[in-house]
Amino acid sequence: MLIKKKKDLPDNQVTDYSIYQSRRHFMKTMAGLGLMATAGGIIQPSFANTSRQFSTNEKLTSFDDISSYCNYYEFGTGKSDPKKNAHSLVTSPWSVVVEGECQKPGKYNLEDLLKPVSIEERNYRFRCVEGWSMVIPWMGFPLAELIKRMKPTSKAKYVYFETLLDPQHMPGQKTKVLDWPYTEGLRMDEAMNPLTLMATGLYGKDLLNQNGAPLRLVVPWKYGFKSIKSIAKIRFMEHQPVNSWQKANMTEYGFYSNVNPQVNHPRWSQRKERRIGEFRKRKTLMFNGYSEQVASLYKGMDLKKNF
Amino acid sequence: MKIPEKIFTRIFKPLIFILLLLPALSLGWEFWQDNLGANPLEAIIRNLGDWALRILLFTLALSPLRRLIGWGQILRLRRMVGLFAYFYTILHLLGYVWLDQFFDWTDIGYDILERPFITIGMISVLLLTPLAITSTKGMIRRMGKHWKRLHQLIYLIGILTIIHFFWMVKLDVSEPTLYAVILAILLGERIVNHFLTYHRKSL
Repeated sequence: MLIKKKKDLPDNQVTDYSIYQSRRHFMKTMAGLGLMATAGGIIQPSFANTSRQFSTNEKLTSFDDISSYCNYYEFGTGKSDPKKNAHSLVTSPWSVVVEGECQKPGKYNLEDLLKPVSIEERNYRFRCVEGWSMVIPWMGFPLAELIKRMKPTSKAKYVYFETLLDPQHMPGQKTKVLDWPYTEGLRMDEAMNPLTLMATGLYGKDLLNQNGAPLRLVVPWKYGFKSIKSIAKIRFMEHQPVNSWQKANMTEYGFYSNVNPQVNHPRWSQRKERRIGEFRKRKTLMFNGYSEQVASLYKGMDLKKNF
Repeated sequence: MKIPEKIFTRIFKPLIFILLLLPALSLGWEFWQDNLGANPLEAIIRNLGDWALRILLFTLALSPLRRLIGWGQILRLRRMVGLFAYFYTILHLLGYVWLDQFFDWTDIGYDILERPFITIGMISVLLLTPLAITSTKGMIRRMGKHWKRLHQLIYLIGILTIIHFFWMVKLDVSEPTLYAVILAILLGERIVNHFLTYHRKSL
């Protein structure tokens, strides 16, 4: 008789959502009683609230998959390279330069940026342009809160982001695959949308380096490459910035890059996606299922032209 | 160079057979052991494609190898190695049709029409199929000189396969470039050899 032997799985592989939630509930209670200090790391509070309004209740992708299947070309172009190589990134101390059309430009320490915000948990769908997707329990705060504090001027129509440039600690930057540093941008109304998150953690823990520590963007209705990692610079701009993938291939990647099953890609069908951990593909939803919150941003726009 | 006939047929050839089967077996094992990462289906399809290409290059390396080290026997591996290239190509295609698309023929149709790397991949399989069918001794005898003409398609298929790889890759072309260089050497050797023998004849 043939019996398939199951390997012993490490703890994080079997964390399903209900266990994860009850664990968090326990931690919140303990923290409320003052019995437990920080548990999630330096940045994450042990008792962050889950935003029900913005969270999906779909089954979460395992922590193991989220942290081992990454696109982070600063650490290599293979999916498993970032996990292998990202340990060399130094995330503490970390500072973010804010510049451009705003009243509060300057170089901010991460701690100072995070002091006034409260970190919440949001379970978002994440859709990569390559046709795979995950559900990730991010920890973070709305980008809008940070933008408001920087007091953008009336000229600020776009927000531009830059990943750290540090070839010594980001070995992929020594190769010329992309024009470093990695850059991204959002229109101001996209950046101010309550869904747009500045993430500092996932699964209740500080972000791992391969997932974009210590501070990354999460824009759940856009393809994953818009969610720029390890942010070192934010610039308020009057004109639309060019993002890295646009620069690499103008015909395949646009500025908006909204998840859209009707806009075709010469490399991957965008009609369907494989949710990591599932066998059969599922249909890809318009704006990755966030139409209700964001469709109004693009009213009257030809999304086939503005892809 | 020549190894004893018995050793060649009873040991060497079966050994190559097993070696060429190993990638498929080890892929099956890794899948069974859940060692293929977060996206095992993609890993299977990619891995089968890699081996289809590698073994195709191996078949193309046999006659240059014979010329280089003067080992005539090695040409007798050609059919087996070529059929292995076809075997991995078919598994690669099956992986796409089953694991990736789950027999959604509409979507497969769109893929062939809309994605050039799929189009060219399908053409390669179509071209490779008659070569596999006509690989028997009887066919070689019956087709005579047409057989050679038909089987020269393999050079074109090699080039199409490399293009398929280039067009599939998102940005980092280092891997397809490596295979392209190997193919260029193998085809280049033939061109050089052709002119050298022509020159020698005309002298």
